[in-house]
Amino acid sequence: MTSPPPPRNEDTDWTVMLTRTGFIELDARARATALLDDGTARELCGPFDRIESPWLEPQGVVPQSDDGVIVVKGRLGGRPAVVIAIEQAFQGGGVGEVSGVKIAAALSLAARDSRDGTPTAAVLLLETGGVRLQEANLGLATVAEVCSALLELRALQPVIGVIAGTLGCFGGMSIAAGLCTTLIITAEGRLGLDGPQVIESEAGIAEFDASDHTLIWSIDGGAQRTRTGLADVLVLDDVTAIRSAVIEAMERGVPGEHRSQRIGELRARLEAVDPAAPPAPADLAAVWAHAVPQEGDQP
Amino acid sequence: MQTLNFEFPADRPPLRRAHVGVVGSGDLEILMTPEQAGTARVRVRTSVDGFDTVWRTVLERFFARHRVAAAFELNDFGATPGVVTLRLRQAVEEGRR
Repeated sequence: MTSPPPPRNEDTDWTVMLTRTGFIELDARARATALLDDGTARELCGPFDRIESPWLEPQGVVPQSDDGVIVVKGRLGGRPAVVIAIEQAFQGGGVGEVSGVKIAAALSLAARDSRDGTPTAAVLLLETGGVRLQEANLGLATVAEVCSALLELRALQPVIGVIAGTLGCFGGMSIAAGLCTTLIITAEGRLGLDGPQVIESEAGIAEFDASDHTLIWSIDGGAQRTRTGLADVLVLDDVTAIRSAVIEAMERGVPGEHRSQRIGELRARLEAVDPAAPPAPADLAAVWAHAVPQEGDQP
Repeated sequence: MQTLNFEFPADRPPLRRAHVGVVGSGDLEILMTPEQAGTARVRVRTSVDGFDTVWRTVLERFFARHRVAAAFELNDFGATPGVVTLRLRQAVEEGRR
């Protein structure tokens, strides 16, 4: 079991820490329901629809009746919204054919409703290790569908990503996280394309030590991801705090330009770092602050 | 992975269906659907092979006390007998509301 390093922030408000209701301690269904306005939640494609993965049982893996993705429609701050929550306890939040299509279809339907006069925002609760290995190719194909549907919806209504837990958001779904209008993360949350263990097994322990939690959180952790502008809002793991952050993000609406569209800025950041002598994680924000896009370098 | 089927005599159908739990380490998911017939039908899909006798004992004991006429689908990921019994009681309680 991984655990984040203890918070070093001297400004930590312990009274708030002690009175909070942990968001990540809830299961995915409870998290989705807790975000929505009281009494408005209505689950789509629930467990009794029994749309489980057909690929797990032949491989000797017990399936889950909702395939680990919970889609709940309702209202958020009075406005129509759909919350799509990944259950991290089932297959490490791994996305397969069915769960991926549930996410993609929910985003597409929100886009359709938005075009038809019912503006519907989406919230993605991204606790996932990425594509489920048992459904590798199908899972990857659905990630493409998720990204495509996300791009369709974010032009019309905000798509808000939330990464709350220590599992984090990795693999294919981290690409979807990068496309979100606003990305909300806790200090315990993590975001990365390849997870620490994948990097260690592929490139060796000298490249990344997956047992060094301080190192991992100094690079993938929520505080660092917010400091370096790869996530937008750092929140306490608390139901009320996360719900307020999501509603605020919804109220900001659709920006003129999304983070993933600022290609020049992202390219300048890559160029500012020498892979042979990378900056210390604590210095990265300062290095990137001075990375200025070259003139004429437009997306 | 192993699939097991059991039937027990039962005469009290729940008021409504219920869903509890997740297929996560040491836990299980239960789907309970009311049935008119006088039996509790249980299908267990478990990640751990070879515990047929333990499952029978745990379920027999539960359905001797709670004669709930329903179809029970258990998707198990290594829950202990204690967790199985707690989840079954939770499902039955939800079905009473």
